[in-house]
Formats: sequence, structure tokens, C-alpha cells
Amino acid sequence: MNIEIEEISKDFGTTAALHPVSLSIPSGTLVALLGPSGSGKTTLLRILGGLEFPTAGRVLFDGADATNLSVQDRRAGFVFQSYALFRHMTVFDNIAYGLRARPRKSRPQTAEIARRVTKLLELIKLPDIGARYPSQLSGGQRQRVALARALAIEPRMMLLDEPFGALDAKVRRELRQGLRDIHDTTGLTSIFVTHDQEEAMELADLVVVMSMGRIEQVGKPEDIRARPKTEFVREFISA
Amino acid sequence: MTDTLTISSRPRAFRPATTEPTMVKWALIAFCLAVLTVLLFAPLFAVFDEALRRGWAFAVASLSEPDAQAAIRLTLLVAAITVPLNAVFGIAAAWAITKFDWRGKAWVITLIDLPFSVSPVVAGLLFVLMFGANSALGAWLVANGFPVVFAVPGIVLATLFITFPFVARELIPVMLEQGRAEEEAALTLGASGWRTFLTVTLPNIRWALLYGVLLCNARAMGEFGAVAVVSGKIRGQTTTMPLMIEMFYNEYLSVAAFTMAGLLALLAFVTLTLKTALEWRYADQLAATYRH
Repeated sequence: MNIEIEEISKDFGTTAALHPVSLSIPSGTLVALLGPSGSGKTTLLRILGGLEFPTAGRVLFDGADATNLSVQDRRAGFVFQSYALFRHMTVFDNIAYGLRARPRKSRPQTAEIARRVTKLLELIKLPDIGARYPSQLSGGQRQRVALARALAIEPRMMLLDEPFGALDAKVRRELRQGLRDIHDTTGLTSIFVTHDQEEAMELADLVVVMSMGRIEQVGKPEDIRARPKTEFVREFISA
Repeated sequence: MTDTLTISSRPRAFRPATTEPTMVKWALIAFCLAVLTVLLFAPLFAVFDEALRRGWAFAVASLSEPDAQAAIRLTLLVAAITVPLNAVFGIAAAWAITKFDWRGKAWVITLIDLPFSVSPVVAGLLFVLMFGANSALGAWLVANGFPVVFAVPGIVLATLFITFPFVARELIPVMLEQGRAEEEAALTLGASGWRTFLTVTLPNIRWALLYGVLLCNARAMGEFGAVAVVSGKIRGQTTTMPLMIEMFYNEYLSVAAFTMAGLLALLAFVTLTLKTALEWRYADQLAATYRH
């Protein structure tokens, strides 16, 4: 699904988190929103996911206006910064949650839900952890379960808020490849937020550098590295 | 990458910094037991001892007197009305305070504590002033056959007021600590607001809710001051168990007074036992909820 962001702005009270920003994301791209904290990248992600609504501007999904679409109807697979797994449910129930929450007529049968959850557990390469609780998992396992849970709803896009933020450097590098693989398998348009320029450059097809609620530059990693457009981008990517 | 630092070379004989020497440990335990014995066990024992001074038959007979029966029924009725209502109010208040940002929030948090800081007698007088026959509202209510003061509705209102903070105060810190991320996750997965509440919020707060409800229930059955003022203490009609205990006591019916007191204490025991049983039964889930 391609995503058009047209002149989106967001105010929290008197402070502007986003000045009007526009961005066009082709279908199937893996995009990094890169910037320091307070640059508005998470706000933009949450607007795409329907968790915040913009003060002005429009969001188009495949050309259709989705600005006022409710969070439930967006079908965005959202991975939260500290994963927000349901702590009182097993891994299986976590992943099945979205399927069970569907209205009766589109809800799969119990056996079909089990089959899909099993398949997702295989996709994240953790086939045997269905009966465990989130508190019994390592950070990296939690991240992958969060991915599987988001994928279970057959999302139209993936939105990931600092997906590697809570992990140590070694696991981080392993899971980077994991995310790339899952993206390539599913072919979903995926947008992830990061403050780590190395992560953005290595993983993304398209990097969006943000600062102070504005987009500084959009481009392929190698273009941004070769031709930083502003002083901010030059400094940030060399950090 | 560097390996994590290992501290296995530390000699075993050393005790951890947070553990006291054995003597201090036992002294503390003995002190706690002594305090508990003097302040808790001995008085409880005295209550039951006094109640059973003239035998079981006499104690049971004192409870089957019509006034005593009416008091027990009234106390159970008031608890049955106020506890569910305050559970709902408490969840609503905690939800509004922890899941949304709005102006005046700090004020409301302070107001929730009001029933704790105001003397129950003052709270009782407040309701008498509002709904008593001397007020326009009270006079109108009496004229329309719905007296509040010196009647059951007044007792319910006063108890609601007194026990309001228990559930909300148990829930607010838990819900603040848990944040909003899990609810947001449920919404992005397509769950409605109501489904999110039932399947994510409620299970996450159920233990805090249970504690709040148990505390609320204990206080609802035991409240004396506010209820004494609004009830008018009409024997057999507006007399709850605590009021009945005082009446028996003032009439030198000490067996009846202590039997009733023992029964009230037993009700508290039942709730405590229930809590412990539930904790034991769901120990693994409890750990899963808090260890995260």
C-alpha cells in the first residue's frame, strides 16, 4: 500500500510537534524515520497508525483519504517501543488477540486461528514459546512476538516505534536482519522510527531525516550519506 | 562486544549487603510478634472470649433477637449496594485520571481523598444538612415519601461517601505504572474500546481491584461515625451492626455486644481468607502480571 502524507501538522496545546510535513511512500518500501528525540518522528508514526489525529493536513492510503479513519479500521500493524505485550496472556493469546477481536462474520474458526498463530511463530523462528507469558521471554523474543502479533491482523502496513530501542547492541544487530527478512517476505510497506543513524542507513530503503518537527531530507541511504542537504543532516549522520 | 561482568569470584561466606546479622533478624521478628500479640491477637481473642463467656447457645440466642437480625440484614444490604457502586465509580475515576489528560486533574485527585481527611461525623452532618427535614430538598423528599435522613438511603449515601476512595486509590498507582501502551496495542489490533477494557485493562488491574473492593467492603460494614449521624439509630430499622454493638454495650448486654463484634470480625476474616485463597490459586498469573 502506498502512503501519501499531505501537509500534516500537529499541535499539542501551544507547542507544535509537527510543522506541515509532506511525504510520499511507495508501496512495499521499508522507511526509516530518523531523528533525535523531539523531532516529531514518533508523532508522525502515531498519526499514521490512528493513535493521534493531525491538527491539519491529510493522509491518503492507496489514494483514499484515511485522515479520519479510526485506529481499528486502519489495519496498521503497530509495534510499540517497549512492545506492550499483554502481560496477563500467553504468547499464543497475544498473537491471536487481533483475530479474536474481529466481528463474528470475519472471525476465523478456532482451528484456523491456531494454524495462523503457529505459522507466525514459525515466521519469527520461535515455534515453541506459545504457552509462555511475556515476563518469561528475553527482550529479543518479546520484540519478535510483538512483530508476530502485529502481523496476525493481516495489516496493510507495518509501523514500528523504536523497534530495537530496548535491546542490547548484539541482539539489535541480529534482529535487524530479522526485520529485513520479514519485510521482504511479506512485502508490506513498513515504517520504523529510530534515533540511530547506522540502523536507519543499514536497514531502510528510504530514510527520512527529521528535526524539530520538520523533514530535513528524504532519500536513499547512499544519497543522504553522499549529499546531505542541510547542516543538520550532515552533522547528524556523521555522529 | 564485551562480556557481561561476572561476580562469581565473591566468597560464599559473605552475607549480601541487604541481609542483617542473625541476631538482628530474630530480634526484629520477636518485636513484630510482640506488637501483633498485644495490639491484634489479644484483643481479638478477648472479643471471642467475652462473646462465648456464657456458652455458644447464649451467644447464638443473642444474635437471633429481631433487632440484632435486622441490624445484620441492614449491614449486609448496605454493603451489597455500596461496594459494587464504589467499584464502578472507582474504576471510572481511576480510568479518567490515568488514561486521559485534562485540566483540573490534580484537583480531582485531591478531592478523591476528601472522605479520608474529613471526620466521618462531619460527613454525616453534611448529609443531614443537605437532605434533612430542615432543608428544602429534604422536606420535598419527605413529602414525597422518600426520606433520606434517618432512613436507609441516608445510610447508603453516607457509606458511599466514606468508602469512595478505597477502590480508586488502589487502582490509580497500578494504572499509572502500567501506562496506556497495552490499551493502544489492543486498539491497533482492531479491538473496540469496550473489548479493550474487558480483555486488557480489567485483567491487568484485577488484583488491585480485588484489594480495593475488600477494603471497601470491610469499611462499608464497619463504618460507625457517619452512619451514626444520618441513621438516627432507630432500633430494628436504621441500626447497622456497629451501631447495634454500641447500643448493646451501653445497655450492659456485653455478651450480645461482643457476639455481634465477633460476627463483624468474622466477616472480615472471611474476606481475608477469600483474598488469600485467590492469591494462592492464581499465584503464577499474579507473578506474571507484576514481574513484567
